[in-house]
Amino acid sequence: MTQVNGVGEQPAILVEDLTKSFGDVHALRGIDLSVPRGTVLGVLGPNGAGKTTAVRILTTLLLPDGGRAVVEGHDVVREAPAVRRSIGLAGQSAAIQEELTGRENLEIIGRLYHLSWPRARSRAVELLEQFGLSDAADRAAKTYSGGMQRRLDLAASLVGRPKVLFLDEPTTGLDPRSRLGMWDIIRSLVADGTTLLLTTQYLDEADELANEIVVIDHGLVIAAGTSEELKGRVGGDVVEFTVPDRVRIDDAAAAIAKIAESDPAADPETGMVSLRVGSRGSDALVEVVRSLDAAGVETRGLALRRPSLDDVFLALTGHAAEEEEPGGRRRGRRGARREKDMERTAS
Amino acid sequence: MTAVAERASAPGLPAGPGLGLRFRWAVSDTLTITRRNLLVWMRVPAYLVFTVIQPVLFVLMFRYVFGGAIPVNVPGGYVNFLMPGIIAQTAAFATFGTAIALAIELKKGVIDRLRSMPMARSAVLAGRLVADTGRMTVTILIVLAVGYAVGFRFTNGLVPAILMVVLAIVFGVAICCIAAFTGLAIGDEESVQAFGLIWLFPITFLSSAFVLISTMPGWLQAFANNQPVTYVVDTMRALALGGPVAANLWKSVAWLAGIFIVFLPLAVRAYRRAS
Repeated sequence: MTQVNGVGEQPAILVEDLTKSFGDVHALRGIDLSVPRGTVLGVLGPNGAGKTTAVRILTTLLLPDGGRAVVEGHDVVREAPAVRRSIGLAGQSAAIQEELTGRENLEIIGRLYHLSWPRARSRAVELLEQFGLSDAADRAAKTYSGGMQRRLDLAASLVGRPKVLFLDEPTTGLDPRSRLGMWDIIRSLVADGTTLLLTTQYLDEADELANEIVVIDHGLVIAAGTSEELKGRVGGDVVEFTVPDRVRIDDAAAAIAKIAESDPAADPETGMVSLRVGSRGSDALVEVVRSLDAAGVETRGLALRRPSLDDVFLALTGHAAEEEEPGGRRRGRRGARREKDMERTAS
Repeated sequence: MTAVAERASAPGLPAGPGLGLRFRWAVSDTLTITRRNLLVWMRVPAYLVFTVIQPVLFVLMFRYVFGGAIPVNVPGGYVNFLMPGIIAQTAAFATFGTAIALAIELKKGVIDRLRSMPMARSAVLAGRLVADTGRMTVTILIVLAVGYAVGFRFTNGLVPAILMVVLAIVFGVAICCIAAFTGLAIGDEESVQAFGLIWLFPITFLSSAFVLISTMPGWLQAFANNQPVTYVVDTMRALALGGPVAANLWKSVAWLAGIFIVFLPLAVRAYRRAS
């Protein structure tokens, strides 16, 4: 219980049995989380799973109905001002003033963190540099590309040097290149020791960035573990192809039977053959190609499919991620507005 | 027990600021937000044009198009009758900007960001009101200058003239509180704009701002004679042109105080609940 690194043992984020309802919609039905300092937790789930509600409670924007949440040792309800001094938040849209320049946006945020003007200015320069926005620093933010706006938004969340950073779907709506750029930036933040809670709809994103992943569905944590553990539960990568000449489908299945631990599945109707290859991915793919070639079977659409969020959800819940259940909800903008009236909020 | 000691001494967990510092921060945060809002306003020519051009067009249109057909009972003719009314309307319409800006900030998550920061909770609304008061004052002075160019004259001395402008601004700020509340409560800029039209147009036109109420049908007179815009405009007109001030002034003050008392807390509540 003592002493030496008593503070270090305390997780940066601790959530116990957190609940929140909007009318008869149960956004959170008792979730537990623990995020050690300096690590990244990926919160994975479809629209409406409760991810955003959890982030809003942890960032003091929303009061929980029950349970407890502690950030950097401060209760988010009773010690909200102290929590606000240790966190940064970047949400699903770029919360920047588009009419102002990137530099002005960051300077104003700096002033609101009570930095002196010279320090607010130098902090803005630093962040513009770090996020590759120096050249665009004095252009109005509305002239920025989507990726640049999100980078500026992320920079704004870092002005106060937060110990804990909350990123709510930081790459939703970005093109693949901007997404990769964002990943690089996020990795460098983590390397500096920032604790990060990241929500995402993309398994690959959680895979790339997170130490631990929790999967949330309908307001409950339905799985938790490392990305490898989760993939193990999904069954790992799948090699798939079609045999146009249906009579040869059994030859194809036989040719690849020894490659993986499980047997290939062959559907004579569609000519589709699939093989679960665990985490062996591209190695297995090469072996499949060689074996089929040796057996002289012609194939089409040969591909390695990585487990997607849908696969995770299918494996864990038996329903697909995008499916809306009756009584389920989609927390897009419209959903958020609908809930608004029912929200009680932190003072 | 040790946890408390640890927390107090832990690096990077500053104790809460004292009252004096909190007050200074509240002022400085309000000024920062004010500055930001004024920068945005000046950066977008369209905002400037819309806030200034629309009332100027109204002045010219009522002065030269409708004015000749509208009988009035004040010295100096219709232009003198018109200007206090149009300035009150200018102040009221300037609040469209307040509601729209807050709705956009809410929708884009700017308000979420600000609420998650350790800044003064009052600063976003206070800064918005201060900036919009400045914007409104500039607009009123421009409209007044245009009025002077087309023949309007204060005929009751300088101090009452200044008081007229002050009353217009206080009236505008009261409407700003309503606008801030609707902007945050509705949270969608187009709906907010439509809602503003629905109540601001009738309440300014169905008053003594543009015509003598005695020319309206009786059922409309009943409304026009007893609504705050009429009290405010009649007070402004008496300040500008002379005439009894007291009765209408007290009714105006009572109405404006009532609006502040009801809508300022509502706006604050909407901000704290904003999502």
